[in-house]
Amino acid sequence: MPDSIDIPPVVVTATVNGERVSRAVEPRMNLVDFLREELELTGSHIGCEHGVCGACTVRVDGTIVRGCLMLAVQADGAEVLTIEGLSESGEIADLQENFKTRNAAQCGFCTPGMLMTAAELLAENPGAGRTEIRQHISGNFCRCTGYQAIVDAIEETGRNRGEK
Amino acid sequence: MKPAPFNYAKPSSVDEAISLLDGDATLLAGGQSLVATLNMRLSAPDLLVDINGLEELSGISVDGGTVRIGALTRHRELERSEVIAAQAPLIAEAVPLIAHPAIRNRGTVGGSIAFADPAAELPACLLALDGAVEIAGSGGRRKVGAGEFFRGLYDTALEDGELITAIEVPAAAGNQRFAVEEVARRHGDYGMAGVMASVTVNGETVEAARLVYIAAGGTPMLAEGAGAALAGNAIDEASIGAAQSALEGDLDPFDDMNSTAATKLHLARVMTERALKRIAGA
Repeated sequence: MPDSIDIPPVVVTATVNGERVSRAVEPRMNLVDFLREELELTGSHIGCEHGVCGACTVRVDGTIVRGCLMLAVQADGAEVLTIEGLSESGEIADLQENFKTRNAAQCGFCTPGMLMTAAELLAENPGAGRTEIRQHISGNFCRCTGYQAIVDAIEETGRNRGEK
Repeated sequence: MKPAPFNYAKPSSVDEAISLLDGDATLLAGGQSLVATLNMRLSAPDLLVDINGLEELSGISVDGGTVRIGALTRHRELERSEVIAAQAPLIAEAVPLIAHPAIRNRGTVGGSIAFADPAAELPACLLALDGAVEIAGSGGRRKVGAGEFFRGLYDTALEDGELITAIEVPAAAGNQRFAVEEVARRHGDYGMAGVMASVTVNGETVEAARLVYIAAGGTPMLAEGAGAALAGNAIDEASIGAAQSALEGDLDPFDDMNSTAATKLHLARVMTERALKRIAGA
């Protein structure tokens, strides 16, 4: 293992929530730490740090990824969207409203990752049924709700989008 | 839960990547297993060689009855590929069972084959389809059949300084039937048991059956006894029972935190019946 001080920092230049940012970081820095520590975007949460819980889910170049299983340096040149950007864009205003109405967020720790994940399903397949919804969010742990209210909120959002 | 320090290189060709693979260097493809082990410091290489920029390793093509899948092809690309759905339906059926969407968006075919988890779907599919692995190293390129590639627990025919460039599987023929059956505690988790079945038929008679089991030994496990029990017979209660009986000799599951070896063997038999009945009904 090399000594940290011998390793030159790498420059990461990415578009994060529509804004071009550039930072020199250690190669070992995970993307979610980059977002939280360097850019102070703390909406992406850190849970298990080995890809199991889904709390760090963000969008990179249009698809969701685990922020703890991607290095910041790998996001060089990429478009990154966090829950802050997704929320401000209005893309999931209806989903967020349904999360509130259905009480699908309790402690809120899993909610940003859950919304990022649900947004991808709703964009691709708003007509997804409850089984498909459960399969799609199977990689996002929620320890409060028992998932029922989350599935309700996603299902209703999809149904309403389909009617428009 | 943060990685130990490492250097980082992003080569722009396969040859450059191979030239960097000396000493304590590790290849970074999709990173969906590797970065987790880095975070937990189960792995602490001097250098990560990030092959994600290598376009030549991506993509799916069909040539003369062979489906070639580039090593950097993401699981999600397989899942959405019309070529895979038509020409490699076993893979198409297995891919949605691999982890979760955010992981399938990043995880790669080559990474899954190189990691060779005995509970993973793609190594088992490769063996069930009797495919091959294309490998590049400083000594040139070579191809290894799936049967020789998987050697033991997380152990493969890949030598130091080599990388996987692609896998190849034969395109599905009209007289072949496929089924995947798997049981996992949670959708997307590694299966507790499962079978990837490729059966060649002549009318109602089985000509050959390659049943490959996950989580049933140190490697994906080809059940030769079960295959022999089916060959020459129609798929019915008797031949299914004979195949199930043969599994005790074919498989070598071990206890883990989810289940005992005996449970896994039982589940493998149940998965066998489900897969074969589905194939017989098709």
